[in-house]
Amino acid sequence: MTTIVVGGGPAGLAAAIELRRLGAGRVVVLEREAEPGGVPRHCDHLGFGLLDLHRLLGGPRYAARYAALAERAGVEIRSRTSVTDWAAPMEVGTTSPRGVETISADAIVLATGCRERPRSARLVPGTRPAGVFTTGALQQIVHLQRERVGRRAVVVGAEHVSFSAVLTLAQAGAEAVAMVTEYPAHQTYAPLAWFAAGRRGVPILTGARVAAIRGRDRVDGVDLADVATGARLAIACDTVVFTGDWIPDHELARRGALAMDGASRAPRVDQAGRTSARGVFACGNLVHAAETADVAALGGRGVARGVATFLHTGSWPAPPVHVTCVPPVRWVAPGAIDPGEPLDVFRLRVDEPCANVDLVVAQGTREIWRRRYSALVPNRSIRAEVGGSPALRAEEALIFRIEARS
Amino acid sequence: MASRGRSDDGSPALTYDVAIVGAGVVGAAIARELGQYDLACVLVEAADDVGTGTSKANTAILHTGFDATPGTLEARLVRRGHALLLEHGPRLGIPIERVGALLVAWTDEQDAALAGIAAKAAENGYAATRRVERDELYRLEPHLGAGAVAALAVPDEHIICPFTTPLALATEAVANGVALRLGAAVERVAQADGAHVLETSAGSVVARWVVNAAGLHADTIDRLFGHDRFTVTPRRGELIVFDKLARPLVRHTILPVPTATTKGVLVAPTVFGNVVLGPTAEDVPDRAATGTTAEGLASLLGKGRRILPELVREEVTATYVGLRAATEHTDYQIAFHADQRYACAGGIRSTGLTASMAIAKHVAQGLRDAGLVLRRRDAFREIRMPNIGEAFPRPYQEPARVAAHPDYGCIVCHCERVTRGEILDAARAPIPARTLDGLRRRTRAAFGRCQGFYCLAEVTRLLAGATGETPARLLRTP
Ligand SMILES: Cc1cc2nc3c(=O)[nH]c(=O)nc-3n(C[C@H](O)[C@H](O)[C@H](O)COP(=O)(O)OP(=O)(O)OC[C@H]3O[C@@H](n4cnc5c(N)ncnc54)[C@H](O)[C@@H]3O)c2cc1C
Ligand SMILES: Cc1cc2nc3c(=O)[nH]c(=O)nc-3n(C[C@H](O)[C@H](O)[C@H](O)COP(=O)(O)OP(=O)(O)OC[C@H]3O[C@@H](n4cnc5c(N)ncnc54)[C@H](O)[C@@H]3O)c2cc1C
Repeated sequence: MTTIVVGGGPAGLAAAIELRRLGAGRVVVLEREAEPGGVPRHCDHLGFGLLDLHRLLGGPRYAARYAALAERAGVEIRSRTSVTDWAAPMEVGTTSPRGVETISADAIVLATGCRERPRSARLVPGTRPAGVFTTGALQQIVHLQRERVGRRAVVVGAEHVSFSAVLTLAQAGAEAVAMVTEYPAHQTYAPLAWFAAGRRGVPILTGARVAAIRGRDRVDGVDLADVATGARLAIACDTVVFTGDWIPDHELARRGALAMDGASRAPRVDQAGRTSARGVFACGNLVHAAETADVAALGGRGVARGVATFLHTGSWPAPPVHVTCVPPVRWVAPGAIDPGEPLDVFRLRVDEPCANVDLVVAQGTREIWRRRYSALVPNRSIRAEVGGSPALRAEEALIFRIEARS
Repeated sequence: MASRGRSDDGSPALTYDVAIVGAGVVGAAIARELGQYDLACVLVEAADDVGTGTSKANTAILHTGFDATPGTLEARLVRRGHALLLEHGPRLGIPIERVGALLVAWTDEQDAALAGIAAKAAENGYAATRRVERDELYRLEPHLGAGAVAALAVPDEHIICPFTTPLALATEAVANGVALRLGAAVERVAQADGAHVLETSAGSVVARWVVNAAGLHADTIDRLFGHDRFTVTPRRGELIVFDKLARPLVRHTILPVPTATTKGVLVAPTVFGNVVLGPTAEDVPDRAATGTTAEGLASLLGKGRRILPELVREEVTATYVGLRAATEHTDYQIAFHADQRYACAGGIRSTGLTASMAIAKHVAQGLRDAGLVLRRRDAFREIRMPNIGEAFPRPYQEPARVAAHPDYGCIVCHCERVTRGEILDAARAPIPARTLDGLRRRTRAAFGRCQGFYCLAEVTRLLAGATGETPARLLRTP
């Protein structure tokens, strides 16, 4: 029995370790980077490992720890190995310095993570000068290559990772001259906002978006527009960092013609991480972009149980119950439910800030779950611990919606 | 052959037989053409690389010329250029794909125009168009938006790589002895000892003959030679490139029925496996107005939604702007002045990528007629560019390549599957990549959907190592 795990980030490594622990046989992790560990390798700051490893670590140490645990568990890790496409339903094509190969397996776990949408994908107009980054690129340039990026930066976004970008800029000797968000407030925890931006006096310009980027060779400024009035504000800067606005790295999932969630752009999975393709599972930030690393890792650990069951029984459940949502809920994962198994934790996002609301899960007119939230913040992971095993009707969608409380 | 002379500042300088101003696709093609003859030529370019002007920012269609105005020089050169690139392109390693075009009529009025367009195509010497009825149209393009009436098929419209084409032509020129002066903007022209002295931002270049292929600035150069016959008014075209995952949505180039001012907004596959939507058409006063606008992008999305509704739900990989060198005339502005030993290849409006090799032959013939002696060289060195087209094997897919050198198995840019080997090759090529943009055009590294989220740092490090540049300079860190 062989399981291939595509992606050696926290989710993939945690899944692989758990599979070995469950006695699932041979587990091969294919990772395209030079070393396993995923995105935390590039995040040289504290904030990793609380929920899964029960300690607070820096990103690189956290990544190294997972790699070591995997090795100890007998996971085969092939680094610098890019999975480039499917060769057959249960076979992937790879390229590595060792050659061009295909590898087949009894089960495949996709754990390819997510990334930030760059400026182009957000359709920000203007010229195309140098000096425009995502947080991912910024962190690698600063932490891995120890390079400087500029002097005055505008950070686009005000969610968790945006503040991480402010910290990275500070480490590289650049000043964040403003953070910009279309929402009425930032979307992270107050202490992080203060630690990264507040104490440095970085203004957070809310209700605004980047209307244009200016500059020839190098950025020389951005034009902001007030979302409500359209009023313009020019800011001089030499660097722009586009943060957050996540999209799953779903290329393999789509090339494999897996059913996708139109809103989250993730492959649709059920509680056990099963995709629409028999034998293929997905976990981590690929199914919900983006969570913290420990949540991704716990997701990986969870999917391993589903994989082990499949390897053991070969069963792949019948058409599941679809999960949908009503705005302002943007998306919810898992997006499919096997009525034969207990409901688990759902993760969702909203499009606008909601205060003092009920989150309701219903099937038809039947309410299944309801919980009060004092605040739902856009761009922030929302956890709905639905649980239980309600008798769900097959072929009828489970709907997530929000009700204002009177 | 070139003779030794002295430049104005007294330093010894070569006197070239021919200086070509502008290393866009037109200048590069001319340089390559003249490189076949026993001449000392120099290609003089203001920018730091070949092909950074209009040539890098177009729709990248290898036109048949079916809808050109019959009888114009443009019609003739586009048609011939199409044949020449199909003949030489593959040998040069230029990615070219035959996808064919469908000129789609969305109204009865447009439908009625199709027959006239077919007749015009025939008049242009292109007889292979074919009317496609509605049902067949939707069979050919199942994702086409609702409401199409009929179409005209133009099976020989191809797509081509806009980056490799000027580079390949310039590289073959350089391989055959043509000198390349980058970062040298021609600012003034003087005369000395029966030769032109081109004063550039990086010293002077002396040549007996000058060919002006300066694209958006061809009128400025033309005026330096005392002519006042055309003015370039850039016609801005904004474009949106969609993710490769959108590629299965479209099989042909989907053209609109053209109007008097523009060929209109099209949807086309690219040789990189993406889909391009555009261009807009708007006259702008500024020859450096290469910024996209909110209005332009919104208007494209609106049109795209009608043509291919599923397309606009896909992710966008890039947006960019190209400036067509439009003039007050409706044809290319190509002229020869035997008395001045000067030729002008300006006003190469919206078809120059296709016509480039034909323009080059036309210019060579014109120079010969004007008195330049063209004697073929015995040996002509052929070159072949690395393939960056998606329809042909890329190094990461080639077992033999990877087996021969592990660097071709080491993918650095994951979205575009660019290997370490290709990046190092580009840094050591005859016309090497010296900037990140130059590397992008040669390899596609950091050009894909993540725009460097994963690879920018590593790509920069590799290029810096291979060129001796610092990462900070490559990133243009202030
Ligand atoms: C800038 C930034 C700051 C962050 N800060 C924190 C923080 O402070 N605390 C925290 O808990 N979390 C943080 N996170 C989030 C955390 O990094 C992610 O939640 C976590 O890494 C997700 O794990 P994953 O395994 O799902 O994906 P990833 O870590 O993204 O791993 C995916 C792996 O798959 C590989 N891969 C993808 N496609 C292929 C393929 N085709 N072939 C082979 N390999 C492939 C990738 O190379 C990558 O290694 C941060 C994220 C970012 C981007
Ligand atoms: C939106 C758009 C879509 C298009 N679509 C197509 C298409 O599908 N098919 C097609 O065949 N054509 C198309 N074209 C047209 C095609 O791109 C151009 O005709 C062609 O690139 C022109 O090449 P060029 O060499 O004349 O100009 P350029 O590529 O602009 O080259 C001119 C060069 O001259 C240099 N230069 C200028 N002044 C000086 C100076 N003083 N000293 C030194 N160097 C100087 C510039 O730096 C530049 O590199 C399109 C154009 C646009 C804008």
